Amino acid sequence: MKLIVLVIGLAIIAFVAWWFFGKHDVAEEQAKVAGSKQVVDVQVNGGYSPEIVVLKKGIPAVLNFTRRDGSSCLDHVVFSDFGINQELPQNQKEAVNIDTSKPGEYQWACGMDMFHGKLVIK
Amino acid sequence: MNVTNRFWVSLIFSLPMLIEMILKPFGWMLPGGELTMFALTTIVMIIAGGPFIKTATAAFKKHHSNMDTLVAIGTSTAYIYSVYAMLTHQPVFFESAAFVVTFVLLGQVFEERMRNNASNAVEKLVNLQAKDAEVIRDGKPVKVPVSEIVLGDLIRVRPGEKIAVDGQIVEGSSTIDESMVTGESMPTNKKVGDSVVGATVNGTGAFTFKATKIGKNTMLSQIVALVKKAQNSHAPIQGLTDKVANIFVPVVIMVAVLTFLIWYVFIGASIASSLIFAVSVVVIACPCALGLATPTALMVGTGRSARMGILIKNGEVLEAVNDVKTVIFDKTGTITVGKPQVTDVIGDTSTVLKIAASLEASSEHPLAAAIMKKAKDDDLKFTKATNFKAIQGKGVEATVAGKHAFVGNEKLLADVAIQAEIRSKMTTLQKEAKTVVFVGQENQVIGLIAIQDAPKKTSKAAIHALKSRGLKTVMLTGDNEAVARAVADQVGIDQVVADVLPSDKADQVRSFQTTGRVAFVGDGINDAPALSTADVGIAMGSGTDIAIESGGIVLVKNDLRDVDRALELSRKTFNRIKLNLFWAFVYNVLGIPVAAGVFYFIGLTLSPELAGLAMALSSLSVVTSSVLLNKAKLTPSAQIA
Repeated sequence: MKLIVLVIGLAIIAFVAWWFFGKHDVAEEQAKVAGSKQVVDVQVNGGYSPEIVVLKKGIPAVLNFTRRDGSSCLDHVVFSDFGINQELPQNQKEAVNIDTSKPGEYQWACGMDMFHGKLVIK
Repeated sequence: MNVTNRFWVSLIFSLPMLIEMILKPFGWMLPGGELTMFALTTIVMIIAGGPFIKTATAAFKKHHSNMDTLVAIGTSTAYIYSVYAMLTHQPVFFESAAFVVTFVLLGQVFEERMRNNASNAVEKLVNLQAKDAEVIRDGKPVKVPVSEIVLGDLIRVRPGEKIAVDGQIVEGSSTIDESMVTGESMPTNKKVGDSVVGATVNGTGAFTFKATKIGKNTMLSQIVALVKKAQNSHAPIQGLTDKVANIFVPVVIMVAVLTFLIWYVFIGASIASSLIFAVSVVVIACPCALGLATPTALMVGTGRSARMGILIKNGEVLEAVNDVKTVIFDKTGTITVGKPQVTDVIGDTSTVLKIAASLEASSEHPLAAAIMKKAKDDDLKFTKATNFKAIQGKGVEATVAGKHAFVGNEKLLADVAIQAEIRSKMTTLQKEAKTVVFVGQENQVIGLIAIQDAPKKTSKAAIHALKSRGLKTVMLTGDNEAVARAVADQVGIDQVVADVLPSDKADQVRSFQTTGRVAFVGDGINDAPALSTADVGIAMGSGTDIAIESGGIVLVKNDLRDVDRALELSRKTFNRIKLNLFWAFVYNVLGIPVAAGVFYFIGLTLSPELAGLAMALSSLSVVTSSVLLNKAKLTPSAQIA
């Protein structure tokens, strides 16, 4: 009995390591250009989907965040490079305007810096 | 349902179990026993604990984890095992699951309040904005909302009213309280031609001003934008916690499983007590405190300094300030007023000034401007000079009130007579690094005017404060050694580097950087390269836009003493960040082994509910410590203003 528990336990540890630390695909989305601006919808539910947003340089961009999640961890979205710290009321679409004049990679995070997303401007 | 309501639900349904826990030694039992506990806990788990599980599942699917993952795993393990134990008639621990949920939510409720408290500096600034203004349209005054003001609008301001936007006074005068924007406590006198700042409050006078900056371009809006950016910036020290946070939760889960295995398989404890150890590990290890340590302190620190008229642009600057060893100042406009002023008049003051003013009235020379200002300040009436003639390279001559008169430099002395007494005064003045102008009538020098770009009144105190902090002070200037030395001695600066070409300022900063971190204080366009080269660039608020852009810290009040205050506040904030991180780490590093039962054999253990309470307290204490930065005392030397 104890041996079985030990094996199961070790299997769980291995699984946790593989699941969280292993390489996994992340959802990436290219912004669609609609008229003079580009818009991407981001769902917030236990993280961000998509997690990587690719924007075209020079076209004003809007990220629409909708928080489906009740966690207070995700109730703000912070773009530290742009000085944006936006509250995300649950189940409400919140637009975040992004200045796309400088190409580069920018991180965004939840208010507690636990969940991350990436913005690629090129 | 929001966090607060979830907390109340959780508390109300956990309360009976809490009462039972306290009254058990006195023989009171919960009516219904295990079944009642099961019912109460189920309600808590579904209503209050549900969102944790939902988030954790959603995050899990994305290969992510966070504190919700830990809470969800910890509480559901306790709950599910207890259901199993209840069915197989073994001891249950439902209350653990319910209490953990309650304590975690309690922590979140407080934390949310504190976080709002920490970030409200920006809100306070935005609220300073006036709502409407009396604009003159088609010759009639009309009340319009601030958003409808256009550039060039004439705006009337009555006594006690708030000034709507930035502009320039075209009519009237008043004293204006600018403390809300610049932090300057004394009201300033403003007359026609002076600029006014939006959101400041008019005193007793009435005036009309022309709007020169509106919307996003007003000083207030720019300060708000700057503060917002600073508050959400990343301090480099956070890089460490980011890395830790990414692997923290999965590692904790593995440690928890290991804890269970060791207790159950190797030590031979019962399933129930092994599980309790594992659950405690999961519950205590929330990394929230780590994540909150830096941003909250940054928010409070930059917010507080902004209210004092010190704009710290980001967390990087804050961190760099910490080991600054040398403070380098630009001379003109930073240590000195930046405008030459008459400091001494030798001879009959009013006669000398009158003649000089008559001659210099139409000159554009900076020295002439200083003389004219002095004449105006002294309310002197002077006659117009005629028959102007320049004396090549020496000065000007003309006829004033029928007599020949001249003003010029030392080279004139070859042509005219001078009394020995005046000559000796001249030498003294020149030794003080003042520029001496000779004033004469007919062929005789009748007086001297000494002109100098004098140090600001506050410069000496400012330098003194920095020196008492153990910092080395240096002055960079394009002026010659004698002038520079004289100013340096007046304000007490340690070292002078004179004859520096504007283009070489950055190189000078670099050479000082070999001995330690350097802060550079300046205001001009030519200071911009030095400001960005220095580890900490401090721009005077009166400076050019490009200087403000290059600086990491902007002193809105233009008071040199704020350099010291800026350094102190930055240090305080950074030290608070370090303190927060230290406690957050210590808490986790010590908490996990205790929860895992490492100290069981010396009688030190942590039940899951105590672990939950400890976790709630840890985030709460970090945020509280950040908010307390608002109350942190500044040293007296920094308080004189």
